[in-house]
Amino acid sequence: MNIKLNGYRKKELAWLYLFVAPPVLGFLIFGLTPMLFSIFISFQKWDMISTPSWVGFENYIELFKDEKVFKSLFNTVYLMIGIPIGMALSLLLAILMNRSIKGISFLRTMYYLPVISPIIAVSLLWQWILNQDYGLLNHVLWNWFGIKGPNWLGDAAWVKPSLILIGLWGGLGGNMVLYLAGLQSVSSTYYEAAEIDGANGWQKFMRITLPLLSPIHFFVLVMGIIGAFQSFSQIYVLAVDGGPEYSGATIVYYIFQHAFKYFNMGFASAAAWLLGILIFIVTLIQFKFADRWVYQD
Amino acid sequence: MKYKKMADYWALLLLFAGLIFMIAPFIWTLSTSLKAQRNVFEIPPKWIPDPMNFSNYVEVWRQAPLLNGFANSLIIVVVVLTIGLLVAAMSAYAFGKFEFPFKGALFLGLLGTMMIPYSVVMIPQFIGFSWLDWVDTLLPLIVPGLFGNIVVIFFIRQFISSALPNDLIEAAKIDGCSFPRIFWSIALPVMKPALAAQAALGFMGIWNDFLGPLIYLHTPEKQTIQVLIASMQALYIGQSNYPIIMAAAIIAMVPVIIVFFFCQRYFIESLAISGIKG
Repeated sequence: MNIKLNGYRKKELAWLYLFVAPPVLGFLIFGLTPMLFSIFISFQKWDMISTPSWVGFENYIELFKDEKVFKSLFNTVYLMIGIPIGMALSLLLAILMNRSIKGISFLRTMYYLPVISPIIAVSLLWQWILNQDYGLLNHVLWNWFGIKGPNWLGDAAWVKPSLILIGLWGGLGGNMVLYLAGLQSVSSTYYEAAEIDGANGWQKFMRITLPLLSPIHFFVLVMGIIGAFQSFSQIYVLAVDGGPEYSGATIVYYIFQHAFKYFNMGFASAAAWLLGILIFIVTLIQFKFADRWVYQD
Repeated sequence: MKYKKMADYWALLLLFAGLIFMIAPFIWTLSTSLKAQRNVFEIPPKWIPDPMNFSNYVEVWRQAPLLNGFANSLIIVVVVLTIGLLVAAMSAYAFGKFEFPFKGALFLGLLGTMMIPYSVVMIPQFIGFSWLDWVDTLLPLIVPGLFGNIVVIFFIRQFISSALPNDLIEAAKIDGCSFPRIFWSIALPVMKPALAAQAALGFMGIWNDFLGPLIYLHTPEKQTIQVLIASMQALYIGQSNYPIIMAAAIIAMVPVIIVFFFCQRYFIESLAISGIKG
């Protein structure tokens, strides 16, 4: 019996390793190897045609001398202003939707529509809406409020607010669904206890709802920041060549331009590492401080 | 009780007001796509095009090989989802239900890949795929997806560690069921809801992907629908031909919206579940 069982276990182990092999191989081939290779080429000058030459830290030094790096980094961080605004709005939406009345599921679907729409199509659509002279937004601003709208995507000062606006429109539905699920998992006993103690609506929100949703705040924040660091597609469409005065370019756009427009592979890899390290540090900080404010049950 | 009702009305009112902001861009796009170019600059703008004009759609269809674009996007989605999800399900089963040496280290290592941003690996991957002469083919967009995505593995592992009782596996073992057979006929059916949710999310992610296809696909006939649509902009923005660009945007959106309406439940559930557990 024992021998037979061992035989089975041996076979089982073989199967187990076979089952976990593909992702491990995938990690080695498409994750680890490119990563190491990327470090290597970041110390080279290489256009993919001529022979690469070793330049040491020159790419990194050049990187810190390029004003556009700081501009694109600043833009990337600036666009993150949208994250807290989006969190507040989607939480508000979720609270409004967290009731069982007719028509709610229809509303939920409609608010979710921008989330599933292809980002390229969405960017094209907003490009037209934000047109200075004939766009819908400026038309509404002028006719309803008497405000003369700016040249949203053509004015360096307005490109980033435009991108934030589009990001909010596109992202609200997704976070709303997360918050809705969170709200539905909050046990009603907390509220009942608070009511007995005479808490008002605001107190209940501040002391119960908000803290109990903290795992969701955390998830939305972390994913939002990682996503913002990597935003590219909307920039490609809406801020051609980085937009006026490079005001719309994000760091990934900067990397893309250097890699696939100028074929400056070594330099672009150095820039990619700068981004990689930044994301790593920021995520680490968020997790480090998480236990101070994220409630776990 | 009456107070509750009142609050509901206010909520509905606010939500419908917000809905205008969410939906107007879509309707405006549709409306523009049905106008002749000379009519789009009319002031005040008309919501209902008069005359209704479908020639923009014909023009987009003539300008870009959209059928190829849809086919290419579909090929990537179908191949990556069928094989990638099966592979992910297999390793999730192994990680979630069994003990084996180095399990923790392997899983942790895989989770670490989540930390690597695409921009770091995109350049070396491009160089590698150029060496293989895979540029301008769909392979660089398909092959990496076949090895199973760690996020999906993590999600399914969480799901089956509670949804699939160990006793069931033990009972099957005693009945002489082989390891792959247990996976195929017991574990896989249990995973179905989790797989459906991940398929919905995966479809959305792959179909709407842009950066990867943009880097690799250069010949119009080989491009995905997103890259083709984006190239419409370069073609027509110079002449401010917004109706055609909007028609292109609508064409890109319609398939996703149709899939969404049919599989809504999976989309919204998957997002909710992955958000809380992920």
